[in-house]
Amino acid sequence: MKIKTVLTGATLAFGLATGAVAQDKTTVGFVYVGPIGDGGWTYEHNKARLAVEEHFGDAVETVYVESVPEGPDAERVMTQMALQGADLIFTTSFGYMDQTINVAAQFPDVKFEHATGYKRADNVSTYSARFYEGRAVQGHIAGQMTESNIIGYIASYPIPEVIRGINSAYIHAKEVNPDVEFRIVWAYTWFDPAKEAEAATVLIEQGADVILQHTDSTAPQAAAQAAGNVVTFGQASDMAEFAPFPRVSSIIDDWAPYYIARTQAVIDGTWESTDTWDGIGPGMVAIGEITDAVPADVKASAEALIERLRTGEYHAFTGPLNRQDGSVWLADGEIADDGTLAGMNFYVEGITAEIPQ
Amino acid sequence: MLMLEKRPQPSRAWTYATPVLAVVLTMLCGGLLFAALGQDPFETIRTIFLDPLFSEFAWFYRPQLLIKGAPLVLIAIGLSFGFRAGIWNIGAEGQYIVGAICGAAVGLAFFPLESFIIFPLMVLAGAVGGLLWAMIPGFLRVRFGTNEILVSLMLVYVAEQLLASMALGTLRNPDGMGFPGSRNLAQYPSATSWINQSAGMHWGVVTGFIAVIFAYIALSRHIFGFNVRLSGQSPRAAKFAGVNPGKLVLICMGISGALAGLAGLFEVSGPAGQVSIDFGAGYGFTAIIVAFLGRLHPVGILLAGGLMALTYIGGEIAQSNLGLPVAAIQLLQGMLLFFLLAVDVLTNYRVNWGRQPA
Repeated sequence: MKIKTVLTGATLAFGLATGAVAQDKTTVGFVYVGPIGDGGWTYEHNKARLAVEEHFGDAVETVYVESVPEGPDAERVMTQMALQGADLIFTTSFGYMDQTINVAAQFPDVKFEHATGYKRADNVSTYSARFYEGRAVQGHIAGQMTESNIIGYIASYPIPEVIRGINSAYIHAKEVNPDVEFRIVWAYTWFDPAKEAEAATVLIEQGADVILQHTDSTAPQAAAQAAGNVVTFGQASDMAEFAPFPRVSSIIDDWAPYYIARTQAVIDGTWESTDTWDGIGPGMVAIGEITDAVPADVKASAEALIERLRTGEYHAFTGPLNRQDGSVWLADGEIADDGTLAGMNFYVEGITAEIPQ
Repeated sequence: MLMLEKRPQPSRAWTYATPVLAVVLTMLCGGLLFAALGQDPFETIRTIFLDPLFSEFAWFYRPQLLIKGAPLVLIAIGLSFGFRAGIWNIGAEGQYIVGAICGAAVGLAFFPLESFIIFPLMVLAGAVGGLLWAMIPGFLRVRFGTNEILVSLMLVYVAEQLLASMALGTLRNPDGMGFPGSRNLAQYPSATSWINQSAGMHWGVVTGFIAVIFAYIALSRHIFGFNVRLSGQSPRAAKFAGVNPGKLVLICMGISGALAGLAGLFEVSGPAGQVSIDFGAGYGFTAIIVAFLGRLHPVGILLAGGLMALTYIGGEIAQSNLGLPVAAIQLLQGMLLFFLLAVDVLTNYRVNWGRQPA
């Protein structure tokens, strides 16, 4: 009797599964580098996925795989999604770049969207957010909040996106506090709570009383909270559970409008390969509430800076700026071009650390 | 009362039955877990264990099993020699990484020259790289009596730092716009380990099968295999039989290091393609599970490697088709080892149901 039940169950399940695939829905796949509960980067991408589901209701089905290592495993996951009938696949980490291009070449009818990369194809778009605008605001607040004049920075990988963030934060911290110093720790991970907490502790022990992070977990926030008098900022997500202190503000990635627009384009048949790089203005980057732990005048000037970035009146990389070696990068009033920013591989003058090689 | 009674010698039948029993128990408990998560347990188990082999897209998944399983089998075969002899090389992950770095470096040094000699040189460099990295804990144990478990494990972290440094510096792709990572070896015809990409065939798969055959012969038909087993079961008896323990340590560490290095080289020049910061994906650690799941027997390791690959690939299908969290899959893989170790007790003990031992 038991074996018969098992077989019936299996056949039934198989029938159901086949039926589900046969329905004519638009399927959108998401490949995540971290777990959806990381509270940062992947959490926000998943929030946007849920927003897509809510927006389109029954017309769209979404699938996702979390914690996919950047390498051959990612290629398999993407292929599998494409085989199972995904029409649009968002690959949400820089390290998925070559894999996305490889898989896209095998599935010309499936559209791919790769976050933060630079390689495109007829069916591969890239998209990213101008996080450095948010970093400018962080630097502005951090420079005035620090008493030890030492700001700790937990960096992930030495890629242009991360280096750009360090430069932007440093420039705006230095602007309000000429004595400020940056201590940078490279974690070589996007998500590893243990490593991130360790990095935060090391920086705090070195005298940092502000911690900026380019990693995705809330572990540095917890480490700062334990230390008591250390300021932090939410990364990729609001991390509001650590407000009003140590988390005094945050950079929030809001992918939902973009994901909805791109899904709509696939449904309408108007999808084209593009390169999107949006900042505070179009709403892809948002600044989380600046708490009352920040003095009122600092908060006011930070909000003014946000407004100037939003309207485009001010660019976060405006000359005069020199490279770390003292050579001139931008003349007075000159604005950095997107090409240089996209491939940024140097620190600006004043940062004493070295980019690992 | 339930009693455990030690067997005079390990049961042969149970030696073969316990891995199967462990798999069945894992399926049962996994099913319960999935049911608790609100999934149909039958469908989930079928998705994980059968879909990669028999579903509509099996033509894609079957080759993937080879790709995922090959490094696991190759490394586990190497480890099984040492584990049988009581030599615990826990740092195969580090040897895997160093083998990949050395082999890739040779290939990249020749770029863009095309020649049939390049790939064999890379294979050699990969094996030697892994071997030398394993010689560090081997030599330290023989010379100074250090614990090879600790030393080999610590060297994994050293290897990871070396890997990051290579991906960011020495081996970085000069045309990569400043991004970390080497040139893609899979796109360099003289240096790639791919034989047929859509069939999942690369030289690592071939070498994996060859290693299984050689290990089988060495362990069951050769005096070396006898010495290895003897040293594991009774070091004193081995000494009397003329086995030199220091030499055995070096040989076992050398074999496991060389095979792990080879696995790394085949992976970096094929499926992975490039030296990147995240290249080490934990194969060296998973291979330890595979070695034990396969009872340290070459054929067993081959089957265990296939099973492990199955749970990875099936697990991904279950995630994307059924919306299962990744943690549930990892739990399932953990259960497999847990049950294996738990039911292992039946190999060495007899269960006595309430009667007094005779």
